[in-house]
Amino acid sequence: MTVNGEAVSGEVEPRLLLVHFLRDNLRLTGTHWGCDTSNCGTCVVWMDGVPVKSCTVLAAMASGRDIRTVEGLEVNGELDPVQKGFIEMHGLQCGFCTPGMMLTARWLLDHNPDPSETEIREAISGQICRCTGYENIVRAIRWAAENSNGNGAAMKEEVGA
Amino acid sequence: MTDLQQRPDGVGFGRVIRKEDARFVRGKGNYVDDIVLPGMLFGAVLRSPYAHAKIVSIDTSAAEAHPKVKAVITGALLETLSLAWIPSLSHDVIAVLATDKVRYQGQEVAFVVAEDKYAARDALELIDVEYEVLAPVVDAKRALDPDAAVIRTDIEGKKDNYIFDWGSGDEDATEAVFKKADVIVEQDMLYPRVHPAPMETCGAVADMDPISGKLTIYCTTQAPHAHRTLYALVAGLPEHKLRVFSPDIGGGFGNKVGIYPGYVLAVVGSILTKRPVKWVEDRSENLMSTSFARDYHMHGKIAATKDGKILGLRVDVLADHGAFNNTAQPTKFPAGFFHVFSGSYDLEAAYCAVKGVYTNKAPGGVAYACSFRVTEAVYVVERMVDRLALELDMDPADLRMKNLLRPEQFPYTSPTGWEYDSGEYPRALELAMKMAGYWDLRKEQAEKRARGELMGIGISFFTETVGAGPKKHMDILGLGMADGCEVRVHPTGKAVVRLSVQTQGQGHETTFAQIVSEVTGIPVADVEVVHGDTDNTPFGLGTYGSRSTPVSGAAAAVASKRIVDKARLIAAAMLECSPDDLEWELGRWQVKGDPSAGKTIAEIAFAAHATLELPEGLEGHLDASCVYDPPNLTFPFGAYICVVDVDPGTAKVTVRRFIAVDDCGPRINPMIVEGQVHGGLADGVGMALMESIAFDEDGNCLGGSLMDYLLPTSIECPSWETGETVTPSPHHPLGLKGVGESATVGSPPAVVNAVLDALKPFGVKHADMPLTPAQVWRAMQGRPMRTDMAIQ
Amino acid sequence: MFGPAPLARTWGVKLNMQVPAPVEYERATSLTEVFDLLERYGPESRVIAGGHSLLPMMKIRLARPEVLIDINDLTELDYIRIDGGELRIGAMVRHATLMSSPLAGEYYPIFAEAEAVIADPIVRNRGTVGGSLCQADPAEDLSAVFAALKATVVISGKSSSRTVPISEFHTGPYTTVVGPEEILTEVRVHLRANAGSAYEKVERRLGDWAIAAVGAMVRIEGGLIVEAGIGLAAVRAEHYSAPEAEQILVGSAPSDELVERAASLAGEHCNPSADQRGPVDYKRHLVKELTTRALKRSISRALPEGA
Repeated sequence: MTVNGEAVSGEVEPRLLLVHFLRDNLRLTGTHWGCDTSNCGTCVVWMDGVPVKSCTVLAAMASGRDIRTVEGLEVNGELDPVQKGFIEMHGLQCGFCTPGMMLTARWLLDHNPDPSETEIREAISGQICRCTGYENIVRAIRWAAENSNGNGAAMKEEVGA
Repeated sequence: MTDLQQRPDGVGFGRVIRKEDARFVRGKGNYVDDIVLPGMLFGAVLRSPYAHAKIVSIDTSAAEAHPKVKAVITGALLETLSLAWIPSLSHDVIAVLATDKVRYQGQEVAFVVAEDKYAARDALELIDVEYEVLAPVVDAKRALDPDAAVIRTDIEGKKDNYIFDWGSGDEDATEAVFKKADVIVEQDMLYPRVHPAPMETCGAVADMDPISGKLTIYCTTQAPHAHRTLYALVAGLPEHKLRVFSPDIGGGFGNKVGIYPGYVLAVVGSILTKRPVKWVEDRSENLMSTSFARDYHMHGKIAATKDGKILGLRVDVLADHGAFNNTAQPTKFPAGFFHVFSGSYDLEAAYCAVKGVYTNKAPGGVAYACSFRVTEAVYVVERMVDRLALELDMDPADLRMKNLLRPEQFPYTSPTGWEYDSGEYPRALELAMKMAGYWDLRKEQAEKRARGELMGIGISFFTETVGAGPKKHMDILGLGMADGCEVRVHPTGKAVVRLSVQTQGQGHETTFAQIVSEVTGIPVADVEVVHGDTDNTPFGLGTYGSRSTPVSGAAAAVASKRIVDKARLIAAAMLECSPDDLEWELGRWQVKGDPSAGKTIAEIAFAAHATLELPEGLEGHLDASCVYDPPNLTFPFGAYICVVDVDPGTAKVTVRRFIAVDDCGPRINPMIVEGQVHGGLADGVGMALMESIAFDEDGNCLGGSLMDYLLPTSIECPSWETGETVTPSPHHPLGLKGVGESATVGSPPAVVNAVLDALKPFGVKHADMPLTPAQVWRAMQGRPMRTDMAIQ
Repeated sequence: MFGPAPLARTWGVKLNMQVPAPVEYERATSLTEVFDLLERYGPESRVIAGGHSLLPMMKIRLARPEVLIDINDLTELDYIRIDGGELRIGAMVRHATLMSSPLAGEYYPIFAEAEAVIADPIVRNRGTVGGSLCQADPAEDLSAVFAALKATVVISGKSSSRTVPISEFHTGPYTTVVGPEEILTEVRVHLRANAGSAYEKVERRLGDWAIAAVGAMVRIEGGLIVEAGIGLAAVRAEHYSAPEAEQILVGSAPSDELVERAASLAGEHCNPSADQRGPVDYKRHLVKELTTRALKRSISRALPEGA
């Protein structure tokens, strides 16, 4: 499979879950695990361009496919507008649901660059956050929508440490 | 939305984006499950399928024969190490691995250590346990029946499931006000068992260095120092050879205060195998075995005059503590701070009596942003006030306004002995009502009722009780609840602050830098926060009960003030003047009347490390520390208003609006405060409408996965409307009060009051949480259900 | 697509496994390959598509297939098209695709309404129509949808295919007529003129299984209901349907009173059991209420604009 644009390969047990392959084999620990029942969404990654819950996909099933994780959001040292939005609008507290939320947000904005609050809430409704009450996640995604230009590069100023 | 922007110089309080976010948005957080050590093994726990059963035998031979298994640990093995039982946080014991019998579904029975986590789980299936099933005690109300099975047969001579009786207030005085009252209203209510369910479950990596004898434990703990000391006390391990490391924590909410058997088992596994051992629980383990919250069966009785002056309140509580009494309360208070249940009102008398019982359920009892059971206290008083309003046919806002404590009554001593530090209650309620458009909402409601539509407006006014606590009153297992802080200013004027408390998302790396900055004038960006490592931080009891800001924040402020004081002496030496001739202009000591002559904190810091001759008795360098023993608790408060719509046909509740006015004193970082309030409000909606861990008659846990234990999503949460008033604490050095749990404490009664207000046309007086569609429909039928048992 | 699955009752002894037991994995890229693999591995093999039903059951080891046959590459089953007067939905159509399909929506708004309340958006990206039907969970929404639409399913084996009316597809909770060497390949729904459809569901929270859910379809000609379908989920209605209620609708002019009678029959004839989603009386009430709503909306959709 390719992960964040890089080809990776490995022999794994067929039963290995994709989330474990990413975390344990590739050490891409930005993808989290939070439940076992595909209810929480902390494990969301893109597979062939679509957000999926990686706790409910076998690594073997992802073989030959294109995976994108949170580690693939930042491009050439430039944070994605979604990442900047989460920082600017305090869209995260403990940070555990954040990677999955941001990947869904990126997908939403790719398909709907100017989503309403309702559309944002609908898009992230399969993912649980215990800290933010969702309000600032919605604001963060709106921020990203308002601070993106066509190709996804964001506003100029540096945010974050 | 509050939007106090940070000062242009980057100093002090204000809206500052968080330092920690840079790593989190890149997926570079470092949580326990992200830690990999060379040679690390993986543990898995075999758990009891039964709520109550004798263990007849355990055969681990097949598991041990598994090629990847390195060790299988049972209770029998732990007994040889005197580790089968460990002290609970409430002067009871808990089993690390069951030896004699299992006492709740999901209890730990055996531990497998294997080369990978899949193999560890595989090996669990190879362990053969023979059980003799016993009758379980599921219903707390029947736990003391003469024929109830005795759960704690391990306690010598124990013949029942009784734990404690505890009371607070003046019972006689309370009875006296009931005698003279015009109106008395009584109501039974349950605050159901709920679970903190942080997105990250609990886990640990234990690493015993067999050569140095040093044990490092990477652990999901909100209280690393308390854990280290407890390990030392429990296992007899030398405390200087123990290092507890709490990395990034994926949410805590009280779930990560206690020491769980899994942590101890990882330690034992590492000692036995001489290799690091990781244990991370799965979601079912988290929900079924780690600290639950609430489970208070309450009977409230409120007395008032016929024109609505509340006279007194009595609450009798049956507290379901599960199989082991493992609540984390200050020793003196087995029901935590429940006795703040007289709330925000001016009562003549109040009394509460709490009875604790054992049941065949998971132990715990104080978790989930509860402020030591203030959650239950606020719920009962806010429900009782609404019940009274219903009885008196008064508007609940009017009734509250009439009875709220007045600003001139502060500091106020409550009927159960709390001294509320400061408050301006009517102002907060007025603001919330104004934001809500309260009287317009009432008008809308009347119009809708006439059309058969169900709309409800619920109010909750809460007084929080946080910042535990003064050493003279409070300890946990004998450890006083004071917290240390060390501030060191480097020669170039940058600083490091070391904390005993541990963030789980609250943003300490930013807010504690802001505290130091606010006092010293050193820019926030130049202050590094160190926490979560017992080898590198001062002692203290950790983060829970909204205590970081009131206790550790005060320690940081005092230590910073000491830096400034010392800087003055050094500046005087530099300027060759008397310290008395200097005045403090934030970040700089300058000569009174000659502001051009002065030294910045950075210049002073360099001088403190340089060759400057310092006055007699003054040591070099610029650092200070403080151990802060709070003189009192702080009492944040707030007024919440919830607006709901109930579908009359399906009984489904929609939260339309939620208005939250919080007063937590001055706000270090308004953005972070508001975020914490948002999260607590969502918690409240969850508890009020969907969350509960019920048990069937066999003691099977009916909330053991996130399919069954429902947490609110973005769809059930409205867009929160927040407001603030500011009433500083008179005793905190910066007037701060703490806010972490305010919204969790305050919001559930607002939601419940709103739903029941909507159901008023049906004559509904009360229904217990969670107000699921089924429960609301049953309430409309006059037959609300018990929510702690399986639905029949 | 999936064979019989054991009924999950409590977490019980299977507590906390949460990783699947060892299993072999094969990937099929064509139907022929699927049948070859099913033949080779026999009854201990299971076909996996979206995996959102099977993998959770494998994690708690209530399902322990020896071989998984991954059919995600079977793009030949990923279509929604009109053919022979029927809407034909391939088994590999993802929920998200069906939800947003203009073609399906043009004829039957019930699809978008039902799909919008199935699980959550991320799960819908992965879960498939065929997988949902074959899982045959009593609370499964699409089974009720297709029951209301009186769909036909196509079950294919190596040498032949057969069509089965949806009313004969399920043989009980978690069981279907799909044989060990067969898979469900397509669902077919008649295109109906003057028809309306709707879906109503109440759940405790978004993403939860239904407390009860009702799908409805009516066809109206000359002012009379000439065809009616009512599908029920989560209330143990036989074949997810409410034939008694359907019968009294057919041949009558739509009216509030008629809808009320049909809804009452639907509520009486289902067989819900109490669980943490609700007691039996509430579930029956809900069936009645939701049937009323779904029927009324279906009727208004079936009637010409402005009628």
